[in-house]
Amino acid sequence: MSVIWAVLQKDLRVESRSKIVTSQVLPFALIVLILFGLALDADRAALRSFTPGLFWVTVLFASTLAVQRSVAVESETNAFEALRLTGAAAWQVFAGKACALAVQLLAVEAVLTLGVIIWYRSAIANPVLVVTAALAATIAIACAGSLYGVLAVGEGVRDTVLPLLLLPVLTPVLVAATRAFDDGINTAAVNGWSWTLLLGAFAAAYAVVGSLAYAVVMEDA
Amino acid sequence: MPEPVAANAPARSPEGHAGVGTGSTGTRILGGLVLVGLVVVFVLAFFVTEPDLVQKDIVRMLYVHVPIAVVTLYLSVAVMAVASLMVLWKRSMWWDTTAAAAAELGALFCGLMLVTGMIWGRPTWNTWWEWGDVRLMTSLVLFLMLIGYLAYRRMLVDPMARARRSAVLALVSSLNLILVNRSVEWWKNRTLHQESSLIEGKLEDLTLFTLFLAILVFVGLFAWLMIHRFRVGWLEYQSETAGLDIALAERRAQASVDVDEAVQHPKVEPGKQT
Repeated sequence: MSVIWAVLQKDLRVESRSKIVTSQVLPFALIVLILFGLALDADRAALRSFTPGLFWVTVLFASTLAVQRSVAVESETNAFEALRLTGAAAWQVFAGKACALAVQLLAVEAVLTLGVIIWYRSAIANPVLVVTAALAATIAIACAGSLYGVLAVGEGVRDTVLPLLLLPVLTPVLVAATRAFDDGINTAAVNGWSWTLLLGAFAAAYAVVGSLAYAVVMEDA
Repeated sequence: MPEPVAANAPARSPEGHAGVGTGSTGTRILGGLVLVGLVVVFVLAFFVTEPDLVQKDIVRMLYVHVPIAVVTLYLSVAVMAVASLMVLWKRSMWWDTTAAAAAELGALFCGLMLVTGMIWGRPTWNTWWEWGDVRLMTSLVLFLMLIGYLAYRRMLVDPMARARRSAVLALVSSLNLILVNRSVEWWKNRTLHQESSLIEGKLEDLTLFTLFLAILVFVGLFAWLMIHRFRVGWLEYQSETAGLDIALAERRAQASVDVDEAVQHPKVEPGKQT
């Protein structure tokens, strides 16, 4: 547990000093949100009804940048080797990095929520459902992102491959999170809790697979 | 542990070079049988079986679409997943080559499955593509995952690192197969797809026979393509490692020449005596 906490603290400390998420990832996410508004011709009714989908697509785009940053912290200084030499279990490193990534993504999502409330005039009808769905979706994105991020570094691998690998894997999360938010902000009559349950299943699956596979992918990072 | 040798390895050329072809007696017989099978399926599907009462002649697409789906979903991805698991267990390039070959064929058949499904869907459901259909969407995601897997493999330089990392990617991707397979049952109200006609026993004798024959023939086609693709992949791997060996041998030869020259013509620095 101490290793997970140490890795989590390290990543958040690196972020607090470099401010990459706050100065690059977050502005990028807000720009995407604005671009959607412009692309839909500032039609408020359309923006409001498409808010769940636009919100989660924006989160996915932003998450690719956040994942790249999370891995670059280690790969640029060959720190994966140092982490291995500490004797820490790979699954603990994975858990620590996934938690740190989840915290950063939740911060981005909090600001984006304000963005859709102000720009898209959306209103949250069921805050408990929205927060629970967001938590489950973020854990799923963070776990899959932490695993695929390490796959997208190494000799000969270009980081442009990350979206190609990661986004298809996160498609079910996008669908389920959008449906859950549809219920949470009253844009469609669906059972948001059943979709949230599905999100929880995805999060658990990605967490288990990531914990098992991290040792293999870390070896060659 | 030495790598297992590919079964029915292709013949060597008279000069002794391996890899002049990927054919062998076994594959030629299998290829011939598949070709005959395809002709028989074609005749049965288009001239002998009756059109459906509801779907009319478009039902004949069943004899192409279903076997492709079976080969794609249950064979290619299953072989890729098992081979990837074996890569992580045995750390064997033989299994890695098998996984790569299965993934490539999986991408090919998955693409064909989507295209034939769209051709079937247009007259049957009055649409080429239905965004809300979970079977279509999960199949498309599987196709994109396979494309990503193949793109990823091409980037990695070190063969063993490529084998291990691709195996992880393949295993995660193959989890999607469960979603593709169960989507029709899990989300009954979110799909235009019917449930399995085979399981429900809706098909008549000749239709059923033709369909089973088509599946058998496509499995044969998959096996034939798989053997050839495996052999090409294995030769590529040998060529890669041979290239490394040659480079090492050249470097060693160069180093020994440098040493000989240094011994025969030692450099004497000015002001120093040897």
